Amino acid sequence: MEVRGKKAIALGERDSVPGEAIAQCLTSAGAEVVMIRTECFV
Amino acid sequence: MDPENQSEIKRLVDEHGAENLVVVLGAADPEALEVAAETVTEGDPAYVGPLAGVQLGLPVVHIFEMKGEVDPAVYEAEVGFLELTLDPDAVRETMSRLRDSGGGG
Repeated sequence: MEVRGKKAIALGERDSVPGEAIAQCLTSAGAEVVMIRTECFV
Repeated sequence: MDPENQSEIKRLVDEHGAENLVVVLGAADPEALEVAAETVTEGDPAYVGPLAGVQLGLPVVHIFEMKGEVDPAVYEAEVGFLELTLDPDAVRETMSRLRDSGGGG
């Protein structure tokens, strides 16, 4: 999916990929990250 | 999904419009992916948060599916090791199944 120019919501997970890591990737892909969260799914 | 996060997502949709937003997930557990994808497309499956009964219809992808779009050095530094320890094929299969069933994308 092309995310360049889009606003992105990074919903990470504590035991997998955290939100901050997703956000770094999305920024490098040209997206504007507007929300970063790392949830804990149990 | 945490009700506070649901509330924030709802606010962002009101502010920017669903057509300008994309949700990128990082969970690896199929159930966690299903809950997150359903919440931002069909509404909160638990019917407790602000998105209960609210069909946002946001596009949903997993960060593993974004590998080709991301700067390779950044991807390797931020996700590369995690991808080795998790099961990216299972994640991609789950995301594909969810989109086919209408739960995301």
